[in-house]
Order: sequence, then C-alpha cells, then structure tokens
Amino acid sequence: MKGVRHYPGFLAITVLCLVVLYAPLLVIMAYSFNGSTSITTWGGLSLHWYVDVFTGAEAARFGQAAWNSLTIAVIAATASTAIATAAAVAMIRGGTFRGKRATFALINMPLMVPEIVTAVATLIFFAMIGLTTGYLTILIAHVTFCIPFAYLPIAARLQGIEGHYEQAARDLYASRWQAFRLILLPLMAPGVVSGYLLAFIISLDDFIITNFVKGAGMETLPTAIFGSVKQGIKPNIMAISTLMLVVSILFVALSYLINRKGRRSP
Amino acid sequence: MSDAIDIRRVVKRYGTFTALHGVSLTIRDNEFFTLLGPSGCGKTTLLRMIAGFEDVTQGEILLFGQNIAGLEPDHRPVNTVFQNYALFPHMSVLDNVAFGLKMKGMAAGPRRARAGKMLEMVHLSAFADRLPAQLSGGQQQRVALARALAPEPRVLLLDEPLSALDLKLRQAMRVELKQLQEDTGITFIFVTHDQEEALTMSDRIAVMSAGHVQQIGSARDIYEAPVNRFVADFIGETNLLEVEVASVQAGMARVVLPGGQQVTCPSATDTLGRHALSIRPERLSLIAAEGDMTATVERVVYLGTDLQLLMRLDGGADMQVRIQNSARTDVPQIGARLGLRIEEGAARLLAD
Repeated sequence: MKGVRHYPGFLAITVLCLVVLYAPLLVIMAYSFNGSTSITTWGGLSLHWYVDVFTGAEAARFGQAAWNSLTIAVIAATASTAIATAAAVAMIRGGTFRGKRATFALINMPLMVPEIVTAVATLIFFAMIGLTTGYLTILIAHVTFCIPFAYLPIAARLQGIEGHYEQAARDLYASRWQAFRLILLPLMAPGVVSGYLLAFIISLDDFIITNFVKGAGMETLPTAIFGSVKQGIKPNIMAISTLMLVVSILFVALSYLINRKGRRSP
Repeated sequence: MSDAIDIRRVVKRYGTFTALHGVSLTIRDNEFFTLLGPSGCGKTTLLRMIAGFEDVTQGEILLFGQNIAGLEPDHRPVNTVFQNYALFPHMSVLDNVAFGLKMKGMAAGPRRARAGKMLEMVHLSAFADRLPAQLSGGQQQRVALARALAPEPRVLLLDEPLSALDLKLRQAMRVELKQLQEDTGITFIFVTHDQEEALTMSDRIAVMSAGHVQQIGSARDIYEAPVNRFVADFIGETNLLEVEVASVQAGMARVVLPGGQQVTCPSATDTLGRHALSIRPERLSLIAAEGDMTATVERVVYLGTDLQLLMRLDGGADMQVRIQNSARTDVPQIGARLGLRIEEGAARLLAD
C-alpha cells in the first residue's frame, strides 16, 4: 500500500491547513518585534513593545490581570486536579456501583455543553444565591470547568495501572491510605501532572465564562486583552499574546514530556 | 500438628454464578499444600479469599483457629506471591522487599538488614539497587518470593508463581521452593493448574474442578488411588475402560475386562453395574502370551526416555501403553498383536 503522501492533493491540502492554522500566529509573533507603532507596516526589529508591556501606560492594568490569571489558574488547577484524582479513583477502582454510567456522563458533560450556556447559567446561579461577582466567582467557575480536563489524563493513566499493585501493598500490611499514597499515587503521577498542566492552561486561557462572572473592575489576562483590543489593536497586544503563547507551548510540551516518560516506566 | 487453615463449607457467588460450592478442607501447619485444577475451578478464588481480596459468601475460614471474615488484607498474617509478581515498579528491589517490614513499623536499620538477608537467601544481593524492570522474569519471581517472606508470614500464598517462567527455570524453581518451605517452616499454599508442579512439591494436594474439591491426598494418593474420572484423567495420563462389575466387597471389585477376562482391583465404589476402570499406561506390560487383554499396535511414539504405544483392544477400545526406552527394549512392530498384562493392583475402579 502506498503511503498517504502519495495521494493526489495531499501536499496542497496540507499546506492550506498549516497556513490557515499557523500563519496568523506567525504574523502576530513577527509583528510583536515590530519597531513601528503601526500594526500593519514594518518598522524594523525592536523589543519596544515588550518593554511597553512591562513599563507602558497599560503595564499596571495588565500586570494586575496577569497576576489574577496566574493565581486563579494555580488554585483552580490544584483544586480541580485533587477532585479529578478522587473521581478517577472512585470511577476506576470503585468497582461497579449504581449510577456509574450516569456519573461518568456527569463528569464529562461540561466538555460537551456549549461554553456560552455554562457561562450564562453560572452567572444566573451566582446571582440567585447572592454571591457578588469578582475574584471568588471566577475561581469557583474555573475549578468547576477544569475538572473534566484534569479528569481525562488522570483516568486514562489509572486505567493502565493494574489493580494487583494495590493488592500487593494491602497484602504487605499497608492500609488503604498507605497503598494509595505509596503505591498508586506515584504510579499515577504522570497522569496527575498532565491533568494539572492541562487544567492550568484551560484556566489561564478562558475568556467566555470568565467574562460573564468576573464582575466590574476585575480582569484576567484574556479579558484585559479583549478590553484593550476593543479600543483598537495596538502592537503591545501582540507582545502579550506572544508571551502567552510561549507559556502555553511550554506547559503543553512539559505535559507531553512527563506523559511520555511515564509511559516508558509504568 | 495444629491446623493452619480450616475452610468450612465455603461458598462464593458472583451474582448468579457460583464459583465455590461449599468447599471444606484443612491445611496443616508447616505443610506444602497445593490447590490443583483447571482454570475456572475456583482455586484462585479460594486463595484470594484467604488473602482477604474476596468476601466469603457463606461458610467460614479459620486461620490458626481465628475466624478471619471481615479482617482486611493488612490485618491477616498471610502474604501472597502474585502470578505476575506485582513488584512495585517505582521502587528498588531492596525497597520492594522491605515494604512489608516498613508497613509493620520496623525501623530503617533492621529493616534494611532483614531485606538484605532475604535477598541473599534468593541469591539476588547484587541486584538490591536495581528497579524490577531491569531484572529477568526468574529474578523478579525471586524478588516477589523474598518480599512475601520478609515479614515472616504464618502462611504464604502462591498464585501460579511459576507459570510465566520457561521450562528449565520452572523445574529449578520447584526444587528451590520446596527447599525454602522446608527451611522456613512456613505453611505454603500453592495454586497451580500444572499437575507435575503439584506432584513434585506438595505434601498434600486438593484437586478441584467446577467449584468442588474432588479429592485431597498426597501426590501418591491422588495419582495411584484417584476417586473419580476427573481426578484420574486430570492427574497424569490414564486409560479409562468401561467395564462390568461382577462383584464388589470391602473395597475390592471383581471386574470383567473387554476381552472377557476377570481381574480383581481396588475400588472407589461399592455398586455393581458399569463403571470406569483406570489403568495408568506405565502399569501395563506387553507379553507375547495371552495376558489380561489382547491388543494391536497402531502407532509407536518416540518420547526419548519412553516409548508410547497407541493400541486397539480386540473389543475396539483404544489403549495407551508406555514402555521404557532402554537399550534392551524390543520396539514392537506396527500391526503386532500382543498380550497386555495389568500390574498387580494397578487398575482402579472409579466411582463416577
């Protein structure tokens, strides 16, 4: 059989897909080093806009937003990973229990529900229970929608670990908790780290839900960028976007590497 | 001798499926006891119940007189050697062996010393710092043994521990396991489907099938005096002949062989009528004169130490005969018609 590369049109389709996917990113990255104040004309290579991000007129606003984004992402990833780990252990090691299929559906449903629906529903819910929108409401919403993202890699990893390791530990006088902490958790670790990083990125990147539940005066990086762009695109946005892109790529690469290492030594 | 384990009418059900139908047996202290049977006979289920990984549906299991129902696995003084070893992949060989001692609260110094000694016992001292994945199958098997023996359990459970090893290693490990059991004086309960393993190592064997214990006895008992068709057929090779029982009295039966000759043999039944007669292939000898039966040689299979003769009785039934392959053996010609003599007491009438 011939390889896929020999099908007619393969090259054209591939190039088209790659251009559509990555050309905008490349343009943004290139223009973030633009020396000109215009976003369309090239004015020579410069780090001007990176300096502007940290020292310019909007530096304080973006700095606060970045700090909010970062702390929310850390707390949301930590909490959702802990919850997802517990859920994965219950689902995969809990034997059969009534409502197991329904539970599985409930855990993964947020992946399928349109985000705008979740956003509106969450906002209405907070209003109904009388919670003032702000940092806390963003955090609660982020913890919630990060759970299925953290759950997937953790559950996949746990599925591949056979039950006899924990049995051997119990047989050798370990309590349930010791068997979990000393045997199962280290074996699950690559999945847990992977789930944490995924949740972190998802939280860092979220715009729609955050925009609904953030309340006045509270900004995360994505909402701050959006707010700034509404008044016209300035090159400093390209610098910020490039920085975020680099952080995301770093995290995804880290997640991939950890997972690969884990797969080599089960 | 006291009893290590007393299993009383134990039933195990999974939903509508019954894995064990009221099994009762007693395992003595310091005994090498084997649960032998084909896959699905319930032997592993029984072992896992003793270890505490499965609940008992009905009946009770006593460990040195104490009912262990409801005791979690970490509260039972028994350790298990798992079929696939289940060595902790993220811990060194030494840490694996020391794990049980650590959980029992032994201090780091004595713990490492004892784990080191256990590794010495299984000739793996040089591998203490390796990870399990860096060892061969046979070495992993020894680590699993050392790990299970380190906390000095009163009973060691072995779940088909040799099945993943190649033949030579398996044969060597049999001798080593038996030696280890004698040296440590720990009760071993060994689960296997391999009758040769069972025969070579065990003090006593329980033959199981379909959730029932068929027979309990020494290797010699179950090989030479099987109680039923299943045991006779499962342990070693045998010829099963349908015969008419002429008379039966005090454990001895007079049976009519297919050729019309009559022989007296030990009997596991006391009813007349048609029953199966078991005759081991190596307990038949060929004679030129008319013997207990007459048969024609159909095929000669060369097995190295033995020759296996596939023969057909005058009555039509198939018979297998094994003769030693010595320099003096006359290899029978295919088509030769020969007499078969049953060695004294070698035939046995079965119950069902």
